[in-house]
Amino acid sequence: MRFTLRIWRQKNAQDPGRFETYEVDGISPNTSFLEMLDVLNERLIKEGKEPVAFDHDCREGICGSCGLFINGRAHGPLPNITTCRLYMRHFRDGETITIEPFRAKPFPVIRDLVVDRSALDRIIQAGGYISVNAGSAPDANAIPIPKPVADRAFDYATCIGCGACVAACKNASAMLFTAAKVAHLALLPQGQPERRQRVQKMVAQMDLEGFGHCSNTGACAVECPAKIPLTAIAQLQRDFIWAHFTPDPYAR
Amino acid sequence: MSSVQTLPRPSWLHTAVGRKVVMALTGLFLMSFLVVHLAGNLLLLRNDGGAAFNAYAEFMSTNPFIRVLEILLFAGFVLHIYQGLYFIWREKKSRPIGYARNAAHANTTLFARSMRISALVILLFLVVHLRHFFVEHRFLGSSLTMYDSCKLAFENPYYTLFYVASSVLLAFHLAHGFYSSFQTLGLVMNHRIERLVKVAGAAFAFLVPLGFAVIPLYFWIRTF
Amino acid sequence: MSFTENWGKSCGTTVGLPATPKGSRRPLQQVRELRERFWREVRVPGTGAEFNQNLEKALRVADFLELGELMIVDAYHREESCGCHLREEYQTPEGEALRRDEEYAYVAAWEWAGENEPPILHKEPLQFEFVKPTVRSYK
Ligand code: SF4
Ligand code: FES
Repeated sequence: MRFTLRIWRQKNAQDPGRFETYEVDGISPNTSFLEMLDVLNERLIKEGKEPVAFDHDCREGICGSCGLFINGRAHGPLPNITTCRLYMRHFRDGETITIEPFRAKPFPVIRDLVVDRSALDRIIQAGGYISVNAGSAPDANAIPIPKPVADRAFDYATCIGCGACVAACKNASAMLFTAAKVAHLALLPQGQPERRQRVQKMVAQMDLEGFGHCSNTGACAVECPAKIPLTAIAQLQRDFIWAHFTPDPYAR
Repeated sequence: MSSVQTLPRPSWLHTAVGRKVVMALTGLFLMSFLVVHLAGNLLLLRNDGGAAFNAYAEFMSTNPFIRVLEILLFAGFVLHIYQGLYFIWREKKSRPIGYARNAAHANTTLFARSMRISALVILLFLVVHLRHFFVEHRFLGSSLTMYDSCKLAFENPYYTLFYVASSVLLAFHLAHGFYSSFQTLGLVMNHRIERLVKVAGAAFAFLVPLGFAVIPLYFWIRTF
Repeated sequence: MSFTENWGKSCGTTVGLPATPKGSRRPLQQVRELRERFWREVRVPGTGAEFNQNLEKALRVADFLELGELMIVDAYHREESCGCHLREEYQTPEGEALRRDEEYAYVAAWEWAGENEPPILHKEPLQFEFVKPTVRSYK
């Protein structure tokens, strides 16, 4: 297969950046999108040009690092998938493919298609944890949790922190990401002690980082490779409202 | 392990979530107003020469309780618009460099994407509408009855067209706004409720603007 | 990238399982040449002042070459067969690995002594208190 690639090139954070066009040919339909970029880079190196920088790690959809904005969509034309699991057969032969970095104020471009997503880490650091004394692992069945609750919590826990929700959102909101963690911990007994504070801290951090507000368009859930549902956001909203409008029963 | 400390609370209204809640609450309030307003308007369709409608209009403009609600209503509109403007500003701020190619149609509904345009049209409508009926009758002391005023206006096809078009965009706005309000209040807890709210939202967004559109059309058709 | 190919050849054909008989120093020589060639000929696109994924990869290759050389040094040093380390001259009549625990029951920790200097051997003896090592048998 043959493709024309329009790729965002940017030397560093200061460089204003621009699109550059490349042609690739002889690509097998079963090549993954990242492998296709590898082929291009191999050629660029041989030609003495600068290869395109892009993030990748596991290449099997679990690490969340391969964030690319392809043809106007986070992680490309398929819903609920990571870029590394996207194959060239999902494109038309001869198609022009536009590849951009994830765009958001809190995601500054480091180089080409690589952005700094540590703002998401800081949201987790602000409250996406439970405080327990380390020691020997407690017995797995010491705290009984109903199966449906455990399942739901697990669904929320599967967020891989890829940032596609932010990239796809017209407001560049990190709501789905934040809500996934809030909802995950809100459902489990271990998450209860810090529940009120957690949602407030995480929302405050989200705002501080410069993410936008959520307007419930649902673009995030369509693109999320972990299929985090919008009900996570409803849970965050509920917890947030609750934390603000009910007195803290444990306050002094 | 340090105990859980309380972070200095950011002023509630200034968090992204707080603002959303204001948007949703004012939105729901305005929706409830739409229902009341429509119920009253439907009296225009009664074939009694406007007696019922005029009585209703009289009641609405004199009853002290309604007058208080009126002020609340204005406040609701102002807050709703203010938050909307803030969100537009914030959107630009959160993504200073946009995408060269954006396929938002693939992951959002037309209604969600057109919130801003529908809002603008509704605002424009509001200005025209208030000027024509509210200001004219309340402050400028029109000599016509409310019923005659309506009749006169809607016999003009352009006026009717404007009203119908505005209703369509109102439908767009409600199609996203209804569901969005419930989601923002955290009430959409599972997929069953989500479906329910979406169906109710679709019905609401279809029926209420339809009701509003029928009235001018009725007067206009009667001119033939 | 062509280094990877050369490297694979050196390893697969010469130090691969089973290791060449004692005395042949060819693989070591080859790896040293490869390393030397790597540093002479390597061309890394971009600069060190910016985010550079190619520099990162080149450094990994450099690491692997160094580690590879050390593994060969260690393989020659360890005059026995043991687990995956199989020397043809140390095998039982039946072709099983012949261990020499009396001499080699230690971990060889090699200290970097500088470019082109032989690394210094530190022996970390293996002590077994409860389970004593025995010769494995598949029979
Ligand atoms: S919520 Fe989904 S889209 Fe967002 S970071 Fe997590 S896995 Fe990625
Ligand atoms: S590279 Fe790990 S998720 Fe794509």
